[in-house]
Amino acid sequence: MSAAAETVEISLTVNAERVKRSVPARLNLADFLRYELELTGTHVGCEHGVCGACTVRVDGEIVRGCLMFAAQADGCTVDTIEGLSDSREIEELQSAFVLCNALQCGFCTPGVLMAAQALLRDEPDPSRERIREYLSGNYCRCTGYQAIVDAIEAVAKARAARSK
Amino acid sequence: MKAPRFAYARPASVAEALALLAEHKDEARVLAGGQSLVPMLNFRVAAPKVLVDINRIAGLAGIRVVKNHIRIGALTRHVELERSADIARHLPLVAAAMPHIAHPAIRNRGTFGGSCALGDPAAELPACALALGATFIAAGKKGERRIAAQDFFKGLYATALKAGELLVAAEFPLPKPGYASAFGELARRHGDYAMVGVAVHGSTQGKKFSDMRVALFGVGDRPQRAARLERALEGRPASAKSIEGALGELDADLSPRADLHASAATKRHLAKVLAGRVLKQMDGVS
Repeated sequence: MSAAAETVEISLTVNAERVKRSVPARLNLADFLRYELELTGTHVGCEHGVCGACTVRVDGEIVRGCLMFAAQADGCTVDTIEGLSDSREIEELQSAFVLCNALQCGFCTPGVLMAAQALLRDEPDPSRERIREYLSGNYCRCTGYQAIVDAIEAVAKARAARSK
Repeated sequence: MKAPRFAYARPASVAEALALLAEHKDEARVLAGGQSLVPMLNFRVAAPKVLVDINRIAGLAGIRVVKNHIRIGALTRHVELERSADIARHLPLVAAAMPHIAHPAIRNRGTFGGSCALGDPAAELPACALALGATFIAAGKKGERRIAAQDFFKGLYATALKAGELLVAAEFPLPKPGYASAFGELARRHGDYAMVGVAVHGSTQGKKFSDMRVALFGVGDRPQRAARLERALEGRPASAKSIEGALGELDADLSPRADLHASAATKRHLAKVLAGRVLKQMDGVS
Protein backbone atom coordinates (compact mmCIF):
# COMPACT_ATOMS: atom_id res chain seq x y z
CA MET A 1 0.00 0.00 0.00
CA SER A 2 2.98 2.30 -0.29
CA ALA A 3 2.49 3.40 -3.92
CA ALA A 4 0.10 6.31 -4.34
CA ALA A 5 -3.20 5.49 -6.06
CA GLU A 6 -6.45 7.30 -6.77
CA THR A 7 -8.50 4.16 -6.24
CA VAL A 8 -8.14 2.07 -3.11
CA GLU A 9 -9.36 -1.42 -2.28
CA ILE A 10 -10.83 -1.54 1.19
CA SER A 11 -12.20 -4.23 3.43
CA LEU A 12 -13.92 -3.32 6.67
CA THR A 13 -16.68 -4.29 9.08
CA VAL A 14 -19.73 -2.05 9.10
CA ASN A 15 -22.44 -2.77 11.67
CA ALA A 16 -21.06 -6.29 12.11
CA GLU A 17 -21.09 -7.07 8.38
CA ARG A 18 -17.97 -7.55 6.29
CA VAL A 19 -17.77 -5.12 3.39
CA LYS A 20 -15.30 -5.00 0.48
CA ARG A 21 -15.23 -2.17 -2.01
CA SER A 22 -13.04 -0.31 -4.40
CA VAL A 23 -13.30 3.41 -3.61
CA PRO A 24 -11.92 6.71 -4.89
CA ALA A 25 -9.27 7.96 -2.46
CA ARG A 26 -11.12 11.28 -2.12
CA LEU A 27 -14.37 9.66 -0.90
CA ASN A 28 -14.99 10.49 2.73
CA LEU A 29 -16.29 7.89 5.16
CA ALA A 30 -19.71 9.55 5.59
CA ASP A 31 -20.33 9.63 1.84
CA PHE A 32 -19.09 6.04 1.55
CA LEU A 33 -21.63 4.91 4.14
CA ARG A 34 -24.44 6.89 2.51
CA TYR A 35 -23.84 6.30 -1.20
CA GLU A 36 -22.00 2.97 -1.32
CA LEU A 37 -23.75 1.19 1.54
CA GLU A 38 -27.01 3.20 1.54
CA LEU A 39 -26.72 3.78 5.28
CA THR A 40 -28.27 7.22 5.14
CA GLY A 41 -28.71 7.64 8.89
CA THR A 42 -25.27 9.23 8.97
CA HIS A 43 -25.96 12.80 7.91
CA VAL A 44 -23.66 15.22 6.16
CA GLY A 45 -23.97 18.83 7.26
CA CYS A 46 -20.99 21.16 7.15
CA GLU A 47 -18.30 18.90 5.66
CA HIS A 48 -15.60 20.50 7.74
CA GLY A 49 -15.96 18.88 11.11
CA VAL A 50 -17.97 21.55 12.90
CA CYS A 51 -21.57 20.33 12.99
CA GLY A 52 -21.24 16.71 14.18
CA ALA A 53 -24.11 15.36 12.03
CA CYS A 54 -21.77 12.77 10.45
CA THR A 55 -20.54 11.31 13.76
CA VAL A 56 -19.87 7.56 13.51
CA ARG A 57 -17.85 5.08 15.55
CA VAL A 58 -14.56 3.73 14.20
CA ASP A 59 -12.90 0.99 16.25
CA GLY A 60 -15.12 1.92 19.18
CA GLU A 61 -14.45 5.68 19.27
CA ILE A 62 -16.62 8.42 17.80
CA VAL A 63 -15.15 10.38 14.89
CA ARG A 64 -16.27 12.81 12.23
CA GLY A 65 -17.25 10.79 9.15
CA CYS A 66 -16.55 13.82 6.96
CA LEU A 67 -12.96 14.19 8.20
CA MET A 68 -11.82 10.67 7.46
CA PHE A 69 -11.49 9.06 4.07
CA ALA A 70 -13.12 5.69 3.42
CA ALA A 71 -9.67 4.47 2.39
CA GLN A 72 -8.49 5.13 5.94
CA ALA A 73 -11.18 2.85 7.36
CA ASP A 74 -9.63 -0.17 5.64
CA GLY A 75 -9.45 -2.95 8.24
CA CYS A 76 -11.52 -0.98 10.76
CA THR A 77 -14.79 -1.69 12.52
CA VAL A 78 -17.35 1.01 11.80
CA ASP A 79 -20.64 1.43 13.63
CA THR A 80 -23.34 3.76 12.39
CA ILE A 81 -26.62 4.89 13.86
CA GLU A 82 -28.33 2.00 12.04
CA GLY A 83 -26.07 -0.49 13.80
CA LEU A 84 -26.57 1.04 17.23
CA SER A 85 -30.30 1.14 16.68
CA ASP A 86 -30.61 -2.45 15.38
CA SER A 87 -28.49 -3.85 18.19
CA ARG A 88 -30.69 -1.93 20.69
CA GLU A 89 -27.56 -0.40 22.19
CA ILE A 90 -29.19 3.04 22.24
CA GLU A 91 -32.75 1.91 22.91
CA GLU A 92 -33.03 3.85 26.18
CA LEU A 93 -31.63 7.00 24.63
CA GLN A 94 -34.02 6.76 21.70
CA SER A 95 -37.01 6.35 24.05
CA ALA A 96 -35.86 9.25 26.18
CA PHE A 97 -35.45 11.46 23.10
CA VAL A 98 -39.05 10.71 22.12
CA LEU A 99 -40.38 11.27 25.64
CA CYS A 100 -38.49 14.54 26.07
CA ASN A 101 -39.24 15.81 22.57
CA ALA A 102 -35.50 16.03 22.07
CA LEU A 103 -35.73 16.35 18.32
CA GLN A 104 -37.57 18.55 15.90
CA CYS A 105 -36.29 18.11 12.34
CA GLY A 106 -34.07 15.20 13.34
CA PHE A 107 -31.10 16.12 11.17
CA CYS A 108 -28.63 16.32 14.06
CA THR A 109 -30.18 13.42 16.01
CA PRO A 110 -28.06 10.49 14.73
CA GLY A 111 -24.85 12.37 15.51
CA VAL A 112 -26.18 13.49 18.88
CA LEU A 113 -27.12 9.91 19.79
CA MET A 114 -23.67 8.62 18.77
CA ALA A 115 -22.03 11.25 20.97
CA ALA A 116 -24.44 10.74 23.88
CA GLN A 117 -23.84 6.99 23.87
CA ALA A 118 -20.05 7.56 23.88
CA LEU A 119 -20.39 9.95 26.82
CA LEU A 120 -22.54 7.61 28.90
CA ARG A 121 -20.24 4.69 28.18
CA ASP A 122 -17.22 6.56 29.56
CA GLU A 123 -18.98 8.67 32.18
CA PRO A 124 -22.18 7.05 33.48
CA ASP A 125 -23.22 10.00 35.63
CA PRO A 126 -22.37 13.28 33.90
CA SER A 127 -23.62 16.64 35.16
CA ARG A 128 -25.78 18.77 32.87
CA GLU A 129 -22.80 21.03 32.36
CA ARG A 130 -20.65 18.08 31.34
CA ILE A 131 -23.34 16.85 28.91
CA ARG A 132 -23.41 20.30 27.32
CA GLU A 133 -19.64 20.43 27.09
CA TYR A 134 -19.42 16.95 25.57
CA LEU A 135 -22.12 17.74 23.03
CA SER A 136 -20.60 21.11 22.13
CA GLY A 137 -19.45 19.58 18.86
CA ASN A 138 -22.97 18.61 17.79
CA TYR A 139 -25.04 21.46 16.43
CA CYS A 140 -28.83 21.43 16.54
CA ARG A 141 -30.18 24.20 14.31
CA CYS A 142 -33.67 23.77 15.72
CA THR A 143 -31.94 24.82 18.97
CA GLY A 144 -33.49 22.05 20.99
CA TYR A 145 -30.49 21.72 23.28
CA GLN A 146 -32.46 21.93 26.52
CA ALA A 147 -34.56 18.88 25.66
CA ILE A 148 -31.54 16.97 24.36
CA VAL A 149 -29.72 17.52 27.64
CA ASP A 150 -32.89 16.56 29.53
CA ALA A 151 -33.12 13.26 27.63
CA ILE A 152 -29.48 12.28 28.16
CA GLU A 153 -29.64 13.25 31.81
CA ALA A 154 -32.83 11.19 32.25
CA VAL A 155 -31.13 8.08 30.86
CA ALA A 156 -28.08 8.57 33.06
CA LYS A 157 -30.27 8.98 36.14
CA ALA A 158 -32.44 5.97 35.28
CA ARG A 159 -29.36 3.80 34.84
CA ALA A 160 -27.86 5.04 38.10
CA ALA A 161 -31.12 4.31 39.96
CA ARG A 162 -31.20 0.76 38.56
CA SER A 163 -27.64 -0.01 39.52
CA LYS A 164 -28.19 0.95 43.18
CA MET B 1 -17.56 20.75 -0.61
CA LYS B 2 -15.69 17.52 -1.14
CA ALA B 3 -11.93 17.03 -1.26
CA PRO B 4 -10.34 17.40 -4.69
CA ARG B 5 -8.90 14.33 -6.39
CA PHE B 6 -5.68 12.98 -4.96
CA ALA B 7 -3.69 9.80 -4.89
CA TYR B 8 -3.45 8.05 -1.55
CA ALA B 9 -0.48 6.21 -0.11
CA ARG B 10 -0.22 4.46 3.22
CA PRO B 11 3.41 3.82 4.14
CA ALA B 12 4.16 1.28 6.85
CA SER B 13 7.37 2.89 8.08
CA VAL B 14 9.03 6.28 8.44
CA ALA B 15 11.49 5.26 5.72
CA GLU B 16 8.63 4.52 3.33
CA ALA B 17 6.97 7.81 4.18
CA LEU B 18 10.20 9.74 3.54
CA ALA B 19 10.63 7.94 0.21
CA LEU B 20 7.10 8.97 -0.82
CA LEU B 21 7.72 12.58 0.25
CA ALA B 22 10.98 12.57 -1.73
CA GLU B 23 9.26 11.08 -4.77
CA HIS B 24 6.30 13.49 -4.86
CA LYS B 25 8.03 16.57 -3.39
CA ASP B 26 5.78 19.67 -3.27
CA GLU B 27 2.81 17.72 -4.58
CA ALA B 28 2.58 15.57 -1.46
CA ARG B 29 1.17 16.33 1.97
CA VAL B 30 1.30 14.27 5.11
CA LEU B 31 -2.08 13.12 6.39
CA ALA B 32 -2.03 12.57 10.16
CA GLY B 33 -5.31 12.95 12.10
CA GLY B 34 -6.75 15.00 9.25
CA GLN B 35 -8.86 17.18 11.53
CA SER B 36 -7.44 20.37 9.99
CA LEU B 37 -6.08 19.09 6.68
CA VAL B 38 -9.34 17.47 5.54
CA PRO B 39 -11.39 20.66 6.09
CA MET B 40 -8.66 22.50 4.13
CA LEU B 41 -9.07 19.98 1.31
CA ASN B 42 -12.85 20.28 1.43
CA PHE B 43 -12.60 24.07 1.27
CA ARG B 44 -10.05 23.64 -1.54
CA VAL B 45 -7.58 25.74 0.41
CA ALA B 46 -5.18 22.84 -0.14
CA ALA B 47 -5.11 20.56 -3.18
CA PRO B 48 -2.13 18.22 -2.95
CA LYS B 49 -1.76 15.60 -5.67
CA VAL B 50 -0.72 12.96 -3.14
CA LEU B 51 -1.67 12.32 0.47
CA VAL B 52 0.82 10.32 2.50
CA ASP B 53 -1.23 8.75 5.30
CA ILE B 54 1.07 8.11 8.26
CA ASN B 55 -1.66 6.65 10.50
CA ARG B 56 -0.45 3.06 10.17
CA ILE B 57 3.22 3.69 10.89
CA ALA B 58 4.04 1.65 13.98
CA GLY B 59 6.00 3.45 16.68
CA LEU B 60 4.99 7.01 15.76
CA ALA B 61 2.41 7.18 18.56
CA GLY B 62 2.83 7.00 22.29
CA ILE B 63 3.95 8.82 25.40
CA ARG B 64 7.12 7.74 27.17
CA VAL B 65 8.95 9.09 30.19
CA VAL B 66 12.66 8.78 29.48
CA LYS B 67 15.16 9.97 32.09
CA ASN B 68 14.73 13.75 32.33
CA HIS B 69 12.13 14.24 29.62
CA ILE B 70 8.81 13.01 28.32
CA ARG B 71 8.61 12.02 24.68
CA ILE B 72 5.37 12.41 22.76
CA GLY B 73 5.17 10.60 19.43
CA ALA B 74 3.86 12.69 16.55
CA LEU B 75 0.92 10.35 15.95
CA THR B 76 -0.26 10.44 19.56
CA ARG B 77 -3.96 11.33 19.50
CA HIS B 78 -5.28 14.22 21.56
CA VAL B 79 -7.45 11.74 23.48
CA GLU B 80 -4.32 9.84 24.55
CA LEU B 81 -2.77 13.03 25.93
CA GLU B 82 -6.08 13.81 27.65
CA ARG B 83 -6.21 10.41 29.38
CA SER B 84 -2.51 9.90 30.09
CA ALA B 85 -1.47 9.65 33.73
CA ASP B 86 2.10 10.58 32.71
CA ILE B 87 0.90 13.79 31.06
CA ALA B 88 -1.30 14.67 34.05
CA ARG B 89 1.63 14.13 36.40
CA HIS B 90 4.55 15.59 34.44
CA LEU B 91 2.99 18.07 32.02
CA PRO B 92 -0.08 19.49 33.78
CA LEU B 93 0.01 22.41 31.33
CA VAL B 94 -0.72 20.06 28.43
CA ALA B 95 -3.39 18.26 30.46
CA ALA B 96 -5.06 21.61 31.19
CA ALA B 97 -5.02 22.54 27.50
CA MET B 98 -6.66 19.35 26.22
CA PRO B 99 -10.34 20.07 27.04
CA HIS B 100 -10.04 23.31 25.05
CA ILE B 101 -9.10 21.48 21.86
CA ALA B 102 -12.23 21.09 19.72
CA HIS B 103 -14.58 18.27 20.73
CA PRO B 104 -14.31 14.60 21.79
CA ALA B 105 -14.88 13.21 18.26
CA ILE B 106 -12.12 15.48 16.93
CA ARG B 107 -9.76 14.63 19.81
CA ASN B 108 -10.19 10.93 19.02
CA ARG B 109 -8.55 11.50 15.62
CA GLY B 110 -6.46 14.67 15.85
CA THR B 111 -2.78 14.19 16.62
CA PHE B 112 -0.15 16.04 18.61
CA GLY B 113 2.27 16.11 15.67
CA GLY B 114 -0.39 17.18 13.20
CA SER B 115 -1.33 20.17 15.33
CA CYS B 116 2.31 21.25 15.72
CA ALA B 117 3.31 20.62 12.09
CA LEU B 118 0.33 22.61 10.81
CA GLY B 119 1.33 25.65 12.85
CA ASP B 120 -2.11 27.17 13.25
CA PRO B 121 -1.52 30.39 15.21
CA ALA B 122 -4.61 29.81 17.36
CA ALA B 123 -3.80 26.21 18.31
CA GLU B 124 -3.15 25.17 21.91
CA LEU B 125 -0.36 22.58 21.68
CA PRO B 126 2.20 24.77 19.87
CA ALA B 127 1.86 27.35 22.67
CA CYS B 128 2.31 24.62 25.29
CA ALA B 129 5.43 23.38 23.49
CA LEU B 130 6.80 26.92 23.51
CA ALA B 131 6.02 27.54 27.19
CA LEU B 132 7.53 24.20 28.23
CA GLY B 133 10.66 24.52 26.09
CA ALA B 134 9.99 21.39 24.05
CA THR B 135 12.27 20.13 21.30
CA PHE B 136 10.82 18.79 18.07
CA ILE B 137 12.38 15.87 16.26
CA ALA B 138 12.12 15.74 12.48
CA ALA B 139 13.16 12.78 10.35
CA GLY B 140 14.64 13.38 6.93
CA LYS B 141 16.71 11.61 4.33
CA LYS B 142 19.88 12.37 6.27
CA GLY B 143 18.56 11.23 9.62
CA GLU B 144 16.96 13.05 12.52
CA ARG B 145 17.19 16.74 13.34
CA ARG B 146 16.25 18.48 16.58
CA ILE B 147 14.52 21.86 16.56
CA ALA B 148 13.75 23.91 19.67
CA ALA B 149 10.11 24.99 19.92
CA GLN B 150 11.12 28.67 19.86
CA ASP B 151 12.73 28.11 16.44
CA PHE B 152 10.03 25.79 15.13
CA PHE B 153 7.05 28.09 14.59
CA LYS B 154 7.94 30.47 11.78
CA GLY B 155 4.69 32.19 10.93
CA LEU B 156 1.16 31.61 9.72
CA TYR B 157 0.97 27.84 9.08
CA ALA B 158 4.73 27.89 8.64
CA THR B 159 7.22 25.81 10.58
CA ALA B 160 10.92 25.00 10.42
CA LEU B 161 10.14 21.62 8.85
CA LYS B 162 11.83 21.37 5.46
CA ALA B 163 10.39 19.80 2.34
CA GLY B 164 10.65 16.05 2.63
CA GLU B 165 10.89 16.05 6.43
CA LEU B 166 8.48 14.30 8.75
CA LEU B 167 7.84 15.39 12.33
CA VAL B 168 8.22 12.22 14.41
CA ALA B 169 8.12 13.34 18.04
CA ALA B 170 8.72 16.07 20.59
CA GLU B 171 10.61 15.90 23.85
CA PHE B 172 9.45 17.94 26.81
CA PRO B 173 11.86 18.43 29.71
CA LEU B 174 10.38 17.20 32.99
CA PRO B 175 9.52 20.27 35.06
CA LYS B 176 11.85 20.93 37.98
CA PRO B 177 10.59 21.16 41.57
CA GLY B 178 8.95 24.48 42.39
CA TYR B 179 7.69 25.00 38.86
CA ALA B 180 4.03 25.60 38.16
CA SER B 181 1.93 26.12 35.07
CA ALA B 182 -1.51 27.35 34.08
CA PHE B 183 -3.58 27.56 30.93
CA GLY B 184 -6.58 29.53 29.72
CA GLU B 185 -8.27 30.60 26.55
CA LEU B 186 -11.20 32.64 25.37
CA ALA B 187 -13.30 31.24 22.55
CA ARG B 188 -16.72 32.27 21.32
CA ARG B 189 -18.06 28.74 21.70
CA HIS B 190 -16.65 25.78 23.56
CA GLY B 191 -14.16 23.99 21.32
CA ASP B 192 -13.70 26.85 18.87
CA TYR B 193 -10.26 28.12 18.05
CA ALA B 194 -9.06 30.62 20.61
CA MET B 195 -9.65 34.34 20.17
CA VAL B 196 -6.77 34.56 22.62
CA GLY B 197 -5.04 31.94 24.70
CA VAL B 198 -2.31 31.90 27.34
CA ALA B 199 0.00 29.09 28.48
CA VAL B 200 2.40 29.87 31.34
CA HIS B 201 5.14 27.92 33.00
CA GLY B 202 7.74 29.03 35.51
CA SER B 203 9.03 28.83 39.03
CA THR B 204 7.13 30.23 42.00
CA GLN B 205 9.55 28.74 44.49
CA GLY B 206 10.27 30.89 47.51
CA LYS B 207 7.13 32.89 46.65
CA LYS B 208 9.01 34.61 43.84
CA PHE B 209 8.56 34.43 40.10
CA SER B 210 11.55 33.21 38.15
CA ASP B 211 12.29 31.65 34.76
CA MET B 212 8.80 32.64 33.62
CA ARG B 213 7.64 31.58 30.20
CA VAL B 214 4.42 33.21 29.10
CA ALA B 215 3.21 31.99 25.69
CA LEU B 216 0.26 33.62 23.95
CA PHE B 217 -1.63 32.26 20.98
CA GLY B 218 -4.37 33.53 18.71
CA VAL B 219 -2.91 37.05 18.82
CA GLY B 220 -0.27 36.85 16.10
CA ASP B 221 0.87 34.80 13.14
CA ARG B 222 2.38 32.18 15.48
CA PRO B 223 2.45 31.37 19.19
CA GLN B 224 4.78 33.84 20.88
CA ARG B 225 6.39 34.47 24.23
CA ALA B 226 5.77 37.75 26.01
CA ALA B 227 9.40 38.64 26.65
CA ARG B 228 8.82 41.99 28.34
CA LEU B 229 6.11 40.64 30.61
CA GLU B 230 8.38 37.72 31.54
CA ARG B 231 11.22 40.11 32.41
CA ALA B 232 8.90 42.31 34.44
CA LEU B 233 7.86 39.32 36.54
CA GLU B 234 11.38 37.98 37.09
CA GLY B 235 12.33 38.02 40.77
CA ARG B 236 9.09 39.73 41.82
CA PRO B 237 6.95 38.27 44.61
CA ALA B 238 4.55 35.64 43.27
CA SER B 239 1.49 37.76 43.95
CA ALA B 240 -1.55 39.23 42.23
CA LYS B 241 -0.03 42.66 42.82
CA SER B 242 3.15 41.82 40.89
CA ILE B 243 1.06 40.44 38.07
CA GLU B 244 -1.12 43.55 37.87
CA GLY B 245 1.99 45.69 37.86
CA ALA B 246 3.62 43.77 35.03
CA LEU B 247 0.66 43.29 32.69
CA GLY B 248 1.13 46.68 31.03
CA GLU B 249 4.26 45.26 29.37
CA LEU B 250 2.04 43.11 27.18
CA ASP B 251 1.20 46.19 25.10
CA ALA B 252 4.77 46.22 23.81
CA ASP B 253 5.01 42.42 23.53
CA LEU B 254 2.00 42.03 21.26
CA SER B 255 0.93 43.46 17.95
CA PRO B 256 -2.32 41.62 17.29
CA ARG B 257 -4.20 42.04 14.05
CA ALA B 258 -7.93 42.34 13.76
CA ASP B 259 -9.77 39.25 12.57
CA LEU B 260 -13.39 38.29 11.90
CA HIS B 261 -14.26 38.27 15.57
CA ALA B 262 -12.36 41.11 17.17
CA SER B 263 -10.49 44.32 16.52
CA ALA B 264 -6.80 44.59 17.37
CA ALA B 265 -7.69 46.71 20.40
CA THR B 266 -10.16 44.11 21.66
CA LYS B 267 -7.59 41.34 21.25
CA ARG B 268 -5.03 43.40 23.15
CA HIS B 269 -7.52 43.97 25.96
CA LEU B 270 -8.56 40.31 26.10
CA ALA B 271 -4.93 39.16 26.11
CA LYS B 272 -4.18 41.37 29.11
CA VAL B 273 -7.24 40.23 31.06
CA LEU B 274 -6.62 36.57 30.29
CA ALA B 275 -2.87 36.67 30.99
CA GLY B 276 -3.66 38.20 34.38
CA ARG B 277 -6.22 35.52 35.18
CA VAL B 278 -3.99 32.66 34.07
CA LEU B 279 -0.90 33.90 35.92
CA LYS B 280 -2.95 34.20 39.11
CA GLN B 281 -4.02 30.55 38.75
CA MET B 282 -0.43 29.30 39.08
CA ASP B 283 0.30 27.26 42.17
CA GLY B 284 2.30 29.37 44.59
CA VAL B 285 0.76 32.71 43.61
CA SER B 286 -1.04 34.50 46.42
